Formats: sequence, structure tokens, C-alpha cells
Amino acid sequence: MIYQDSKTLLEVRGLRATVNGIEILKGIDLTVRSGEVHAIMGTNGSGKSTFAKVLAGHNAYKVTGGSVTFEGNDLFGLEPEERARAGLFLAFQYPIEIPGVANSHFLRLAYNTVQAQRGRDELDPLEFEDFVREKMKLLEMNPDFLDRGVNEGFSGGEKKRNEILQMALLEPRLAILDETDSGLDIDALRIVTNGVNQLANKDNAIILVTHYQRLLNYIEPDYVHVMTAGRIIKTGGKALALDLEARGYDWVGVEQRDAAGA
Amino acid sequence: MSVSMVTAGSYLETLLQGQPRLPSSPLAWLNQLRADAVDRAGTLKVPPTRDEEWRFTDISPLAKLSFQPVRAVSSLQTADVERFCPEEAAIRLVFIDGVYAPRLSTPSNEATDLGLVVTNLSSAVSAHATAIEPHLGRHAGFQDNVFAALNTAFLHDGALIIAPRNAAVEKPVHLLFVATQKEAASHPRCLLIAESGSAVTVVEDYVALQEEAYVTNAVTEIALADNARVDHIRVQRDSTEAFHIANCAVSLARASRYQSVSVALGARISRYNLNVRLAAEGAECAVDGLALITGRQLADTHTCIDHAQPHGVSRQSHKCIVDGAAHAVFNGKIMVRPGAQRTDSSQSSRNLLLNAKARVDTKPQLEIFADDVKCAHGATVGQLDNEEIFYLKSRGLSEIAARNLLTYAFGAEIIDRISIASLKHRLEQTVLEQTRKN
Repeated sequence: MIYQDSKTLLEVRGLRATVNGIEILKGIDLTVRSGEVHAIMGTNGSGKSTFAKVLAGHNAYKVTGGSVTFEGNDLFGLEPEERARAGLFLAFQYPIEIPGVANSHFLRLAYNTVQAQRGRDELDPLEFEDFVREKMKLLEMNPDFLDRGVNEGFSGGEKKRNEILQMALLEPRLAILDETDSGLDIDALRIVTNGVNQLANKDNAIILVTHYQRLLNYIEPDYVHVMTAGRIIKTGGKALALDLEARGYDWVGVEQRDAAGA
Repeated sequence: MSVSMVTAGSYLETLLQGQPRLPSSPLAWLNQLRADAVDRAGTLKVPPTRDEEWRFTDISPLAKLSFQPVRAVSSLQTADVERFCPEEAAIRLVFIDGVYAPRLSTPSNEATDLGLVVTNLSSAVSAHATAIEPHLGRHAGFQDNVFAALNTAFLHDGALIIAPRNAAVEKPVHLLFVATQKEAASHPRCLLIAESGSAVTVVEDYVALQEEAYVTNAVTEIALADNARVDHIRVQRDSTEAFHIANCAVSLARASRYQSVSVALGARISRYNLNVRLAAEGAECAVDGLALITGRQLADTHTCIDHAQPHGVSRQSHKCIVDGAAHAVFNGKIMVRPGAQRTDSSQSSRNLLLNAKARVDTKPQLEIFADDVKCAHGATVGQLDNEEIFYLKSRGLSEIAARNLLTYAFGAEIIDRISIASLKHRLEQTVLEQTRKN
């Protein structure tokens, strides 16, 4: 939701990035204020997942230009773990499996790391167990998932729920959800998006990276951005997503080229 | 490749010292078996690295030590070995430097334990001769195996377990082999007979009280009758100065199931040969292993899963975590014999190198002589995965914490398959401590 006088969380200016020497992001500008929900839409290969990974600090991507500040601080001066502790969260498109580490252990480790950063008390395993079970209700998750290896043998939908559970535990200022809707059936989509909606408040912000408008029926964006070839070429309100759904991505590019030619 | 020669004569003579002093058995066949093994050991050589089966494992340092037969019986108390004993196991046999220690052991009581036999071989050999004869020395052949021949030459005592027909033995049986003497050579022997429909869990555990050089040369034979189930946990936590050589032979009858987790932590040089023969239809085995080594350790695991009959299932996951200048070797043969149709087999060998000087040699080996089978295998050697590290860092974990957790997880995946909670916990702690870096 757009609030008056809300605080700027993320300020992206002219961001350029390469992977293996190939430029993927070619000058991105984006401002995200607290309380807002932004959707970044685009075809496969448009650079939207790269954008998400660059913000989170993946070392396969090299930032070659531009700047990003997060709550006023230079984001690129921070290691990935420091960004996480500062309140940036990426829900992965393909969360990895870590057999051998109990999910509860991993969740508690992440939770306590971020708590310590915020000067709050850490929880011991028993206290955490109660705490996390409560959070799991939000995502209608079976507590059995605590005892299994991290994402081990989880279905696509279960992995996504586990990602949003982490978001619920870490309470980020800015959450970037990378294709969180992919691979979800309607029931799972409803549960996951309901969880996200309950976590959204006036002090945090969400960036939804998605290919489909479907997700936006469940999480209402304040802004919709269309990304093509490493740039945001159009920004609008929720209605833009419906246009994209009806007309595809091609017309945006055409309109843009016409405007450039005029 | 460096070829090293071992002077077989002096070395074997040293190891065979003391053999003639063994008391003869009341059983003629056992005396004969022993005599055959002595003869055979006399003609076999300690394998040099020219031998394909020992290509990566140079055991010449073994010959440089003058090993002694075990000296006088130790005066260890229960308190000295208590820390090695999982609380879940009420029945336990303890061997000190290969010699049975009745004072520290709690054998089974046949009357109250549903006919379960867990005792030392020499005291039971006459009473259970009929049960023992078809198995002892019949599974672990010594014709072309000098260490099995040596062990059999010394065959006098050992651990005997007989799980009677249809008995589901609830509590695990613990076989504890404690090394206390420097330069001692011991030859532990275990025989496990799982009668039809029985189920039993056995922990075969090798420990040391101090960091000394000694040699353990073990042979274990496990025979599963129809529908029997054996859960075999093998923990080798010998001194990092020691030599540990072991042969385990498992034979599976119809629809029986053998499950094993073997963990190699200790020894300067260790070699574990595991041969599992699916000798009848519908047998199943799950064979998992973890070697966690560092410094100048060498851990060599050779397994052979032999599908001799149709409808067999085998699953194998072997992992090595190698730090320092240590060297791990895995050779995993899967044999599918003619007629063993509908065999379903999978094998994976995954290896983690934590140091530039660490080394792994892995060799999955499939030999398939039947046409209607499903066999999958794969091997990886590498460092930690960049995506996994990033995932953990994106949740606030430092680089070091992420690496430690992933290394731990790599080993814990195998440890997790151990069915005894306290032992699992203990070994997880060991993995945690040994893989943690600051």
C-alpha cells in the first residue's frame, strides 16, 4: 500500500550487471518505499531474476555500473549475509536442498543470527520450536517439516512455503520473492500468498518477480514494472498487469520503440 | 605410480608369531580350517601397489613396525570403556586387543533373551557347532586374501551372534573392540547368523584408548536366512597411528534384507573390504559409508555387491570428507550375474575435498551380465557448492558458518541413517567437531 511520507527503503540508479562477461542488467532505476508492493514482470531472460540475485549479493554476478542504497546505505558495500542481517530477504525460485541438516536447526540458526544483529534475544531449541510452530500455522505447514532435512524431498509447493516461513521468521524490511508462484497449484498459491499478505505491513516492502499476472490476483501490487532486455521499460499500476495478461509482452516493447522513434 | 614392495617373508612371519600357541579346538573341521589358513597365509604375499586391488593403498609402512602378539590380559575396568557404549545396547561383548574380556561383557541370556545367542565364540563353539559349521570361514574366503587367511589362521575366539528364527531382537547388540597395546597385532572375528525371519541390529565398534601404532585385522561374516533382517553399524575409530584392515562378507538368502552404515574416522591406514552377496531371489541391501579423515590418514573402502539371483535390490551411498593431506579411496563394484534379472541397483560416490592437498580416488565399477536390469551409478568429487553457500549466506549465516554447516551436513546425511540415537548423536558431534573451521 502507498503511504504518505513513507521512508525510502531501496533506491536503484542506473544499475548494470554482467554474468560471465555478458551484460544482463543495462541500467535499472527503481525506488521502493516502505509499505509498497512492487511487481517486476517480464519474459524469461529479461533479467528480472538476475536483478533479484544481484540485490541479494550472488557472487556469480558482477555489478558494472550504477548504485543501490538500502535504507540509505550502499548495498554493494555489504556481503550477502550482512544484507540479510540488515533486513533484505530473497525467497528463492529454486530453494536448495540440504540433506543432513534438520530444517528446524537451519531455521533457528538463521533466526538467531538475525536476532543477534538486531540486539534481540536468541531462542534455544525448545523456545524456538514453539515459536516456529506458530509461524507455520500461517502457511498451513505440517510440523513434520521441521524434522526433515532442509527442503529435502519437499515438493515445489512445500519448498516455497518453507521460503515464506523464513520470511515470517526473519521479518525483513524488504522481501524479494523470485517466481514464488511458479510450480504452485491453486491451493498452494492461495496459502503462500495469504501468508505473504499477512506479513506485509506499512514498515516493510515487497518486490514480486513474476512471469504471470496470476500471482497479482492474490497479492495486489501498488506498482507494476515491465522488464525487457535488462531495463525497466514501463511502469504502471495494477491495471498494467492485466494488459500484459491480455496482450502479451510484445506490445510494451512496440509502444516503447514507437515512443523512442517519435 | 610408485610401486612399493613389501618383503612378505619377515612381515608375515611376524604376524604369524604366536599362532602355533593357540589351543586346538575340539572340532576337527575348525582345526582343519585353521591349518588350511596357515598354509595359505604362508604362500600369499602382502599386496604391493602393483596389485590392482591395492593400487592406491600402499601398506608398506605396516611392514616397518615389529608387531607383537598380544601380551598379558589387560586390567581395564568397565569405567574405562563406558564412554564408548551406547546406552541403548544392553547386550555387549568387549574384546581388549582382540582378547575376549568377560568381566566387561554382558552376553545374552538364552533363557530370557528369546533364544538370542550373543557370546564369545570359543565358549559356544561346541554347543552351537551345528549352527556355526556351515558359516564360519565359509563366507569370507581366504584363498586370495592374505589378511583373511591370517585372521583365520588365528581363529580361536571372537564374537558369535545367533538371532533365532522369527525373533525380532529389539535392542542393539554392541561388539566393542578396544585397542590398548602399542605394536600389538589383533585378529578380531565376528560371526552373525540371522535365522529365517529374525531381525537384529549389531554395532561393530573399533576404538582405541590412546594414540598408538597397532594393527587390527578383522574378519566379519554375516549370514542372513530367508526373510531375515540385519542392521549392521560399523564404526572404526581406531588410533590415527594404527593400521586397520577388515574383511566383511555378507550372504543374503531369499527376501532377506541387509542394511549397513560404516563410518571410518580413525587409523593411519585403513582398508575395509565389504562383500555382499545377494544369493537368492528378492534379497535387498542398503550399504552406506562415510570416511572422515585428515592429516596423513588413508581410508580405503572396497565394496562388492554381488547380484547372483533375480529381483535383488541394492542401494549404496558412499561419502568421503577429506581434509589435510589425507587420501580416501573408494572402489565399488556392482556385479549382476547372468540370470539375475530384474535387478535394481543404484550406487553413488560423493566426495568432498577440504584442502588442496587432500585426495580422493573413486572407482565405481559395474559388471552386468543380465539384460533386464536397472542400474544407476554416479560419482562426484568436489568442493562445497557455491549455490548452497549463497543460500545460507542469504539467510544471514557467515561464509564460515555456511561452509561448516554444509560440510557437517554432507557427513550427517550418512550418520542420520544410523538407527541408534545415542550413537548417531555421538558421531554427529564428532563430524561437527572435525569439520568445524574458524
